[in-house]
Amino acid sequence: MRLLRSRDLVCQQAVELVTDYLEGRLRRSARRRFEAHLAACPHCTEYLAQMRETIRLTGQVAPEALTPQMRDDLVELYRRWKSGGR
Amino acid sequence: MEADGDLLLRLRSGDERAFVSLVELYQGPMLRLASSFVPSQAVAEEVVQDTWLALLRGLEGFQGRSSLKTWLFRILVNQARTTGTREHRSVPVADPEPAVDPARFNAAGGWADPPDRWVDLAAERGLAERIRGWIDLLPARQREVIILRDVEGLDSDEVCAVLAISQTYQRVLLHRGRGRLRQLAEDELREVR
Repeated sequence: MRLLRSRDLVCQQAVELVTDYLEGRLRRSARRRFEAHLAACPHCTEYLAQMRETIRLTGQVAPEALTPQMRDDLVELYRRWKSGGR
Repeated sequence: MEADGDLLLRLRSGDERAFVSLVELYQGPMLRLASSFVPSQAVAEEVVQDTWLALLRGLEGFQGRSSLKTWLFRILVNQARTTGTREHRSVPVADPEPAVDPARFNAAGGWADPPDRWVDLAAERGLAERIRGWIDLLPARQREVIILRDVEGLDSDEVCAVLAISQTYQRVLLHRGRGRLRQLAEDELREVR
């Protein structure tokens, strides 16, 4: 086992940097430390993959449907607004 | 999609087709967003309708400093927050909790209980269908940021403008919210195994 340098990240710190990393908000030196940790740590690599998958799945939540009734109501709303004094 | 400027001109001049195209684009996303704030579908529909009315009333004064979409979502969030929402009064300061339970690490800060692999099982176990319900379990502020960023696809500047929060706070909320959703996915697959 190699000696742990004081500047090395531990897993508990690394997982808290995941969002800053994905947002591109880590400074270059912090990003290098984070990536160096990932390269040596399969569990944190898995954690990052799971966060990416979570984001991808969240993006698949479907919008709710526009019903013909809603459309008619809104067109009516627009017509009233148009004819009202503005 | 056409530039906001053209659309605004057409809306102001009473072009019904311009309004309908806006409705087709945003009614579904706005309903999805509104229903994360309020307790029932009926109230969500009301909030969205009120938002359209507020948009029309504000058209003349709209300066175009933000995009039409950001403006629309900001009106919606304000309408939803004042319309008897759940938890809307809780405005916590930065949440100090970590995204991962400290009990899962050893004394040196390494994983003692590492993440269970589930990414390959997500589709087969229907996680995409479950996530909508999980978002509703999040604390209000985290839920708002997750919906705007990860569901509606706004960028971080737009989310900060819609919710009137700082970039730093936005990232804290995003981190906690995503972390909690990841944990729920892991729990789900642990239980069924």
